[in-house]
Parts: sequence; C-alpha cells; structure tokens
Amino acid sequence: MDTQQQLDDFQRRIDNGEKIEPKDWMPERYRKQLIRIMSQHAHSEIVGMLPEGNWITRAPSLRRKVALLAKVQDEAGHGLYLYSAAETLGISRDELVEQLLDGTAKYSSIFNYPTLTWADMGAVGWLVDGAAIINQVMLTKTSYGPYARAMVRICKEESFHQRQGYEIMLALANGTEAQKQMAQDALNRFWWPSLMMFGPRDEDSPNTEQSMKWKIKKKTNDELRQQFVDQTVPQADILGLTIPDPDLKWNEERGHYDFGEIDWEEFWNVVKGNGPCNLKRLEDRNAAWDNGAWVREAAVAHAEKQAAKRVSKSA
Amino acid sequence: MNKDWPIWEIFIRSKNGLEHRHAGSLHAADAEMAIQNARDVYTRRQEGVSVWVVESKHITASNPEKSGELFEPAKDKVYRHPTFYDLPDEIKHM
Ligand SMILES: [Fe+2]
Ligand SMILES: [Fe+2]
Repeated sequence: MDTQQQLDDFQRRIDNGEKIEPKDWMPERYRKQLIRIMSQHAHSEIVGMLPEGNWITRAPSLRRKVALLAKVQDEAGHGLYLYSAAETLGISRDELVEQLLDGTAKYSSIFNYPTLTWADMGAVGWLVDGAAIINQVMLTKTSYGPYARAMVRICKEESFHQRQGYEIMLALANGTEAQKQMAQDALNRFWWPSLMMFGPRDEDSPNTEQSMKWKIKKKTNDELRQQFVDQTVPQADILGLTIPDPDLKWNEERGHYDFGEIDWEEFWNVVKGNGPCNLKRLEDRNAAWDNGAWVREAAVAHAEKQAAKRVSKSA
Repeated sequence: MNKDWPIWEIFIRSKNGLEHRHAGSLHAADAEMAIQNARDVYTRRQEGVSVWVVESKHITASNPEKSGELFEPAKDKVYRHPTFYDLPDEIKHM
C-alpha cells in the first residue's frame, strides 16, 4: 500500500516539475493510469495503419504512394516507441498485444470508421493526424519521462503526416467538380469523429482531474477540442470546403469558435465496439498476428542456431 | 509470442564526431535482428550513422533511492568549478 508520506513526496516532485523515471517510486494508480493511456495510444498507432493501408495500392500517383507508405510506416514506428515506453512500467509486450487482440484494450475510436474514397486519405492526414498532433504536443510535457521522450520523437515525424493529407485535400478541392465533392464528402464524414478523438466532455471524464494533478495531461479534453476547432476552421476556409456544423461560428467575446453538440450516443456506441469497422479492425489485427507466428518462431530458431554455433566454435 | 524475443537498448551515433546516445528500445530475436530493427525504427530519416545494441538485461542501473548517497557528495565541492576562485579583473582569459 502506498503511504501518505510517499504520495505527498511524489506530488511534491510533480509540482516541482520533475520528471518521473521508470525506477522511481510512483503511486500504483499513477502506474496503472499511465499503462492504460500509453497502451491505448500505442494500439491506436497500430490499428491506425489499417484505414490508410487500405489505399496504398490504389494511390493515384507515385508521389502520393511513397508519401502514404512512409506515413503508415511511421505509425508502425510510433506504436513501437509507445509499446517500449509502456513496458518500462512493468507490463510485457505480450500482455499489451494480447489485450489488443482479445478486445479488452481500447484504441482511438476514429479508426473504426471506414476509408471509402481517396479523399479520405486527405481527410485522415489533415484532421485525424491534426487532432493527434494537438494531443501529442501536449504530451511532450507529460510527467513520465519515457512517455515524454517518445512524444518528442513522434511529434517531429507527425507534421509531414498532416501536410501530406492537407495537400491531398488541396489538390481535390481545386480539381474537378467531382473531386471537390469527394473532398467535401470526406470532410463531412470525418469532421465529427475527429472532434470525438479528444474523448468525452470534461464533466464525463472521470480520470481527467487526477491526470491533470499528476501532470500526465496538461489540458482537458474540451480545451484540446477547442484548440483543434480554432486551428482547423481557417484551414477549411482555404480549401473552400464547408465544415458540416450549422452551429459553427466565431465568438468574438470568447475569442474562440462556438461549435455544435457532438453526437455522444454515437461516440459511446463506437467506444463500446459497435462502430462500422470495430470487428473488421480486430479481425485484421488478429489475422496479422496469427499469420506472422511462423516468422516469429523462425527468428527464434535462427537465433538459437547461431548462438549454438558460436558456443561450439569457442569450445 | 514475444516471450523469446528479448528487449534491446538502442544507441545511435547521429554523425561521426558525436557520441552514441540512447534512442530507445525494441524487441528482437538476436543482436543482428536488433540492428536491423533499430535501423527501421530509429533511423528512418537519417538519424544515424552507427548503431549499438545491447540486451537490456545486461545494463545495471543505479538505484534512485540511493541517488542521495551517490550523487550528493559532489554538491558541496564547489571548489571543483573555476568560478570558485577569485582573480583580479585584469586577468581576462583564464
Ligand atoms: Fe502517429
Ligand atoms: Fe501520424
């Protein structure tokens, strides 16, 4: 059991802006909360490869193809940085992977929406990576050292993701009438799910208060969401596309955009596993894992054989 | 599963003349694969010209609870720093 003295000392370190490192004492709840957040984050990077991977072979030009391929590969890297960082908290990679494959772990609900047209590659890069960047920039200052370091690395790589997406949107928005419509349709479908990426409203987010106190997060879900809307509206204007929200308007007094209510029923429904692609995503991850089993086994067999050779040589 | 794939710590030299620095960790079946994976995971944008990999279990770390007795003795040894010594202003570069 964590003693009050330990908890107070820990809080003092946090308040002083100190970073917590893997071998430092930490409250059990801090550890648990971090494992939950970091593993969800890692899983999101991994599952996030699927909706975009869907379009790699059908990219309209070589330029778009190499960009998308590089982006998806980056997301695999992000997943790996985050799994490694989570492992420093005493959970194994096996456990983490298992929790994803058996459906007990969550990942960002945005990836449970289908990518129906090429324009969705634009919308995903622009909006989904855009939203992720806002969250991740905040997390570069998180109190847990390994998480913060992974975030710095990730943020450096993210900005090209958003730019390549926006460039796709720009090309379509300035293209033929059909292309422009395709871009608008992608924005229509991805706008609200992107706002949902920031999670429930502050008053419905039971973990927020504690994670702010421990400086795991420095901003609330609603603050981040507002930041995203404020940043994205002018970008939509430049594209000449319309954000599908009749309540969206600049509020002079607040200095922010007001926006309409999110369909929270849809949000919770997708979180609970009933989104359009939840089943498909898990099936695909499980298939990838199962089909890769022989490779993992072969690698171990090879490593053992090489090690045995070295022993017999030195004997 | 990964049970048989140990964790490796990855150190990368970003260019000649600089030291290898810890970049992160990853799982691999053996050292050779650890280098291959480190290439893909940590140097996709020319971040390195050389990689060291070492199995995490071979690293011995100091205990943070003992960091007081380990590192604090250096605290009151200000005379190890040049600014401890008073010299006349005429002495410019010393
Ligand atoms: Fe990412
Ligand atoms: Fe990304």
